[in-house]
Amino acid sequence: MTSPSWRGPSWRRGAGTSSGFSRLATGLLPAGAHRSRAAVSATIAVGGGIVGLIVAVGLLSLVWTPYDPGAIDPTSRLQISSGAHWLGTDKFGRDVLSLIMAGSRTTLVVGVVAVGVAAIVGVPLGILSAMVPKWWGEVIMRANDLLLAFPALLLAIMLTAVQGQGVVTAMIAIGIASIPSFARVVRSGAIGVMKTEYVLAARAAGRRPWAIALRHVLPNVMNLVIVQASVSFAIAVLAEAALSYLGLGAPPGTASWGRMLQEGQELLFVAPRLEVFPGVAIALAVLGFNLLGDGLRDRYDPRLRDGR
Amino acid sequence: MSMPSGSVPSASQGSVIAPRDAPADRPADAPNITAPDDVLRVDGLHVRVGELELLSDVDLTVRRGERVGLIGESGSGKSLTALSIMGLLAESLVPSGSIAVTGQDGRHTQVVGAAESDLAALRGRDVTMIFQEPMTALNPTMRVGAQVAEVMRIHRTVPDRHTAAARAVELLDRVGLPDPAEAARAYPHQLSGGQRQRVVVAMALANDPALLICDEPTTALDVTVQALVLDLIVRGVEARNAGMLFITHDLAVVASVCERVLVMYGGRVVEAGDVQQVFTRPRHRYTRGLIGASDLDLTRDDGRLYTIQGSVPSAGRFPHGCVFRNRCIHATIECESLPRWEGTGPEDGFACWHPVRVHDSQGVDAS
Repeated sequence: MTSPSWRGPSWRRGAGTSSGFSRLATGLLPAGAHRSRAAVSATIAVGGGIVGLIVAVGLLSLVWTPYDPGAIDPTSRLQISSGAHWLGTDKFGRDVLSLIMAGSRTTLVVGVVAVGVAAIVGVPLGILSAMVPKWWGEVIMRANDLLLAFPALLLAIMLTAVQGQGVVTAMIAIGIASIPSFARVVRSGAIGVMKTEYVLAARAAGRRPWAIALRHVLPNVMNLVIVQASVSFAIAVLAEAALSYLGLGAPPGTASWGRMLQEGQELLFVAPRLEVFPGVAIALAVLGFNLLGDGLRDRYDPRLRDGR
Repeated sequence: MSMPSGSVPSASQGSVIAPRDAPADRPADAPNITAPDDVLRVDGLHVRVGELELLSDVDLTVRRGERVGLIGESGSGKSLTALSIMGLLAESLVPSGSIAVTGQDGRHTQVVGAAESDLAALRGRDVTMIFQEPMTALNPTMRVGAQVAEVMRIHRTVPDRHTAAARAVELLDRVGLPDPAEAARAYPHQLSGGQRQRVVVAMALANDPALLICDEPTTALDVTVQALVLDLIVRGVEARNAGMLFITHDLAVVASVCERVLVMYGGRVVEAGDVQQVFTRPRHRYTRGLIGASDLDLTRDDGRLYTIQGSVPSAGRFPHGCVFRNRCIHATIECESLPRWEGTGPEDGFACWHPVRVHDSQGVDAS
């Protein structure tokens, strides 16, 4: 997908945001050292626009697609773009536009659940590691590093062997692989929050640790969580496509961009558009979430505000 | 600077020395027993980190309705003393000695070695604290009304959420915020520094504490706001007949707020006494230097302001013996041993080999 020597997107240069899947992720913006406020706003607007478009398409596909995305029609196989089929049909005669529209749903659902799993486990872990005595925090983070070092693809294959192929397996695998990046980002933020006077004041007011975590630390690391969620979402989109392409994700019959790539592969020279359209969809989704994440980070991450 | 604890000045050792009207039924010399009107009694407090001694033999008493100042340069151990009293020292810092706190309901708590749950019950109710920086002392993601209400909800000093919210607005009104109902809904960034510090004061007084610790509460404020906030704090403390420990390096503030004062340097109390007496007739050379340095009308023969030479060493770099001797122009070989505490007790006295004598108290040490 990308050459390993390629310089990663800006979020990979931040401490501990890379996960196993991020090694598969394409960086699309060689982010400059500094971007002006207007440029940051534009980044957020473009990223948000793309993300909004994908979400809108996904919602629309629930109620309307030009054709039934699963309907096989042997009489109209491998047609090129036409008025009837805007993006043509695949080798089974299915409408490509309908498949891409329905595929966005898979992408979004996998992304939401995977990021949700990662955040629900990673955020408390990060906060916990910042609040327990230093020694225990180190233990948690080293365990976290262990998970980070574990190849995500291997994890997905293992889970598939146990659970069987399916979207749920893919979601869990991607989610688990994304935990470390959440834990690290939140830990670094939470350590900063724990040093603030309002946490000291809360302790001086007799607040118990769990209440401080919930009411003082969590709300003040939420900006980091949101940025990380957006970045992880981009990684999850790519990971879902990769897993489905390898046959570890969406099963046959489920509309998925990665599956479409795999099914069109053998016809690459006959009908290259069967690779191009889902490929563009994936690239667009990753671009959108990356831009959004980059923009949000540039705006809200104080560590990047002045100098790197 | 690590000293064997046996070498502490005998006069400061923990017995009730204070010559005041004690109830007859109390044993006159029972050590470590808190007198009925003591809200805070610190006896022989040491704080160590590893081999390093950060606080040495600190004795300190605050009675009900009494305002005690704690002065000294940055790095002399003032804030560390305050955090020790709150039981908020970092894990690596080990306190020893005795810190006895008496709450509003007469409950005694020994802070050193107390369980975290006992400390949590103490903090914010019996003892509260006002911090230096109003910009960071409030949670930026919570409405200030909720933050004031929270300190009451923690200790269940109000029956329910609605009462807490109503009382929070009332407190914000009491500390002089215009339109308190509106202010309660504001986030900290919507308030000015002075307004924020008023909110912090409201939080500190919400549970009617027995002891209020102020750690440089007005240092970060404009001078025009300083006096107003100080007045607010003093009135709040007086209304509750609470004790106050006031930490600052602003001597003028101490002079206007406190009745008694302790001067700290190098993790030790070097002088203590009545504010009037300490400021007009300082005995320790360090106190004298501090007062000389803070008097901007006083100049040396060459027209420059008085200063204390050198700067505060970092923790563990203080000389043995008299901790001030490497910056003191009066230091002699004698100062290499720890000066004895001279005076009537921990509340009035000093530890200096070469104290300022009355006849040279008109001038200031040239340095």
